[in-house]
Amino acid sequence: GLFAWHLKNTGVRQFPCQFVHLCRVANDRLITFQYFNFLKRMYVTQYNKDLSQRAKPKSDSVASPFRELQQLDQEKKVIYKIRPISPVHQPLSETSSRNDRNELREIKSAAEIEDSASPLRAESKEDRQWKEMKLRLDDLPGILARLSKIKLTALVVSTASAGFAMAPVPFDLTCFLLASLGTGLASCAANSINQFFEVPFDSNMNRTKTRPLVRGQISPLLAVCFAASCGVPGIALLTLGVNPLTGALGAFNIFLYTCCYTPMKRMSIANTWVGAVVGAIPPVMGWTAATGSLDAGALLLGGILYSWQFPHFNALSWGLREDYSRGGYCMMSVTHPGLCRRVALRHCLALIGLSTVAPVLDITTWTFPIISLPINLYISYLGFRFYRDADRRSSRKLFFCSLWHLPMLLLVMFTCKKSFLEKEDKGDLLGESHGRAMEIRLP
Amino acid sequence: PPAHSCNDWIGPPDKHSNLRPVIFYVPPEESPLERRLREARQEAQACDQRFWARHNRAFRQEKEEFIYSRLKAKGLEMRDETGQKATLNAEEMADFYKDFLSKNFRKHMQYNRDWYKRNFTITFLMGQVALERALRWLRWKKKNVGD
Repeated sequence: GLFAWHLKNTGVRQFPCQFVHLCRVANDRLITFQYFNFLKRMYVTQYNKDLSQRAKPKSDSVASPFRELQQLDQEKKVIYKIRPISPVHQPLSETSSRNDRNELREIKSAAEIEDSASPLRAESKEDRQWKEMKLRLDDLPGILARLSKIKLTALVVSTASAGFAMAPVPFDLTCFLLASLGTGLASCAANSINQFFEVPFDSNMNRTKTRPLVRGQISPLLAVCFAASCGVPGIALLTLGVNPLTGALGAFNIFLYTCCYTPMKRMSIANTWVGAVVGAIPPVMGWTAATGSLDAGALLLGGILYSWQFPHFNALSWGLREDYSRGGYCMMSVTHPGLCRRVALRHCLALIGLSTVAPVLDITTWTFPIISLPINLYISYLGFRFYRDADRRSSRKLFFCSLWHLPMLLLVMFTCKKSFLEKEDKGDLLGESHGRAMEIRLP
Repeated sequence: PPAHSCNDWIGPPDKHSNLRPVIFYVPPEESPLERRLREARQEAQACDQRFWARHNRAFRQEKEEFIYSRLKAKGLEMRDETGQKATLNAEEMADFYKDFLSKNFRKHMQYNRDWYKRNFTITFLMGQVALERALRWLRWKKKNVGD
């Protein structure tokens, strides 16, 4: 979040999309543009919006179609839960390094040299024009990437990989790759269907109004065909190439996400719990891909991700109450604000408990609860502050904490993983896949 | 959109409904199926536009009224010394958001049902039209190859 604060402090109002666009025009750094597009968060926080509500009607001149907050995490991968559509639940994660930071700074300063109003005007002008609804083939990859929420999918795949890595079996590279690919395809399918279902609602929310279906860049028919062409091979790959249990979990997750969570968002606040389950399933899938069975370890990993969803999402949703209210989304932050904060805090504390259970189940050594205690305590502290203060500031702090908290926790978990063979050195776990002559894959 | 174009055109978001209007292209030999699709899309567009424009207008209006009544209760004016419009913070607005959401719940339920129905119908029609066009193209190809 450091870079984000830097942005704020320098008074940059709109996110570097415009700057990047300007940069592209000015320097022809197409690669940078594409890269930043890729890094762009799908989730929009109204970063610059101050706490007070203005009593005048919302002006039509939306200077920027995007109001995205970009956070550059250094080496860590920020893992987000799967909740594409909900304005709050947008995935926010990027893998970036220091170089990106410098690049962004360069771009920003380049932009600042120019008249800062013109890039914004150029960008919004382009958005205001009438566009032909014709599909251009070279635009297609970008459109499909946005349709499938590629960044969120990447995060989902990485949580599944974490599940795979934590399973107490020899590492099988083929299985790992098949499981990751299958999970990725299933996630793409689910996200596309989600966007297909939510076009008019997405149009009305700041965070989601730049989606491909909203902008008419792709027809609904094509979106559905794309979803089918990802989902069917994805699930088939999981069922036949990995094991039927993983395939079944994948199919179930797609169903849960598209047919339960998405409609429920507009019907009842229970959607949050369903969505948390959706987020918890990928690591379970990773585990079952490796071991072929649903053991306590899988459920624990799922449980950790389940609990994580609540501080993450509830904190996020706190700042989007206006959009939710107008859009007709039933979220705890709007209808039951007290519950919203209580649940977030409760689950922060649950994370501590779950981390302690891990060594009991022989997944990790006892060093794990000890090492993870500081970060779990910190997020619980922020959760408590959010509970007590109930303001935008504490919600944002909690949200940004959740972004680095999860990858750190999973990383620590992996390093504390209990070796399943006494002779094995923990360091060899990763390298052993080559050394293993016989991989015993359980059915 | 230019007169020679053979495609639909989509415009910038509408001021009230935030939806993007589409101008549909009517091909000279439009089949009955294609016409059904176009009309369904036009009707859906009109429905959505009506709903959201009205809904958003109501939201803005009620929000203004809420702010006004709250400011009055606090004894403040709509504008302070500098001429800026007085505002309420997020926590005070939360009551309004909660209220608005619950008031419009049934309206949203109805709209959701209609929207899902329309969306599926239109997408299904698109599929049928695509199939029809593909068959037509294959027939034309076969005819040309035969010549």
